[in-house]
Amino acid sequence: MSIRTEEMVLNMGPQHPSTHGVLRLELTLEGEIITKVVPHIGYLHRCFEKHCEAMTYQQVVPYTDRMDYLAAMGNELGYAIAVEKLLNIQVPERVEYIRVIMAELQRIASHLVAIGTYGADIGAFTPFLYCFRDRERILHLFEITCGARLLYNYIWPGGLSHDLHPDFVRLTREFIKEFRPNLVELNNLLTYNRIFIDRTANVGILPVETAINFGITGPMLRGSGMKWDLRRDDPYSVYHKFEFDIPVGEGKMGTVGDSWDRYYVRVREMEESLKIIEQALDQLPEGDVTSAIPKRIKPPVGQVYTRIENPRGELGYFIISDGSTSPFRVKVRAPSFVNLQIMDELCRGHMVADVVAILGSVDIVLGEVDR
Amino acid sequence: MKTTEEIFQILKENFPNSELTLKTDVPTEPFIIIAPFDVDKISLFLRDNPDLLFDSLMCLSGVDDFNGQKVKDENGNEVMQGGTLSVYYHLESTSIRHKLVLKTSTSRDNPEVVSVSEIWNSANWHEREAFDMFGIKFINHPDLRRILMPYDWEFGYPLRKDYQNPEFYQGMKVPY
Repeated sequence: MSIRTEEMVLNMGPQHPSTHGVLRLELTLEGEIITKVVPHIGYLHRCFEKHCEAMTYQQVVPYTDRMDYLAAMGNELGYAIAVEKLLNIQVPERVEYIRVIMAELQRIASHLVAIGTYGADIGAFTPFLYCFRDRERILHLFEITCGARLLYNYIWPGGLSHDLHPDFVRLTREFIKEFRPNLVELNNLLTYNRIFIDRTANVGILPVETAINFGITGPMLRGSGMKWDLRRDDPYSVYHKFEFDIPVGEGKMGTVGDSWDRYYVRVREMEESLKIIEQALDQLPEGDVTSAIPKRIKPPVGQVYTRIENPRGELGYFIISDGSTSPFRVKVRAPSFVNLQIMDELCRGHMVADVVAILGSVDIVLGEVDR
Repeated sequence: MKTTEEIFQILKENFPNSELTLKTDVPTEPFIIIAPFDVDKISLFLRDNPDLLFDSLMCLSGVDDFNGQKVKDENGNEVMQGGTLSVYYHLESTSIRHKLVLKTSTSRDNPEVVSVSEIWNSANWHEREAFDMFGIKFINHPDLRRILMPYDWEFGYPLRKDYQNPEFYQGMKVPY
């Protein structure tokens, strides 16, 4: 005999610690089982796209930092590539290499936050501190490069604002050397922790066909077992010169595409990023990083859509130029915005406690969802 | 792998009654202009045809073309009369690995486009965003509400070029 209970609507957020910002999830519950999830977003909306239309192309760069504030280098890189394509200019090789190094360091820093906070959401507080200790070293590398720790304004259309600090290469190599054993430690502490596996394996399974139809990209798509990475499948900058693997979910602890797979893809991606940084440091050419920066950006009438692989997925910039010095329209295809749509699909039939585990594995940044 | 020109020819053969235009004179990427009420038919064809297989919608963007007539309203603000709003669709096939850009334009006074959220689920929120920011109504959309702006925002559509800030919102002065 089954007893039908009345449905209950529960608001999770906007001030809930595990929503990683101001997100409100409207959960419809039957007992403790979720029947429907409606995300309400927009609490951080600050009209990035409207701002762009009132500024010159150069002035937009600091604003792009503030979208995905955990991966600001990636945002700048995507914007710079889009504007360069509109202008049809080439940048010096040294610039490309430094951009790749910065983007990969940023990927590690961003994944460290994702992993650390994911552990903290689920109840493992110690790995969070270990992750932030390592992230701090990357932020220090950024600080000696451009003076800022989070919002850099470093990658400009046509070049970079500064060349590398004389100590940068040495310090980065030291960091890589010391970070590798820390990753092993992290795996022992969190990845293969029995409680962590029980909370995440077989939770929120995402089949690959559903993922593609929902436009899911980044570690979430790879967690579902699809080998799709824009760094290899639609190469930009100088990524075609480096060798690296693309980790995918294998269902090691449960089913392919569960929360543990999505988490583990991020852990393994950090190792691959280390490989790319090492290769880039070995091949780093000499040259001037500011020589190709245009004094005045006035692209011809036209439009361009470019995309890069940001830590959270495909970051696309759609820019329309009307021939003036400020863009006519900038649309940002933010990976978190698209990935968050899947919440309803993933949460149905799970318990309330699993919402936290699933949301953490989606890894959203609200600054980018709301723009 | 098919180029935009080849896809344009395939579409022409299969949709003889639809208005289709190929634009190649813009720098960087060519696109195909389609009619706003053919969007769903053409999209379904593009997704399911074995030679095309556009299984992923990368991006959907609303644009204010700002090509109507500028007139002054009673407060002396410049507003736009007539003209068009556009929607751009950026499609990709993850198996064949080709890309395509579609564009459709609709009148500014009564902007209506057929929704593609049944075909690609990722369109759902993108269309809501375009509705929120430009007021484009997507016909057959399952849940067309505002998404980024507050649900009770009644001062128009912010990304339209002639948008005016309201003076007060819920008792708060807006232009500070």
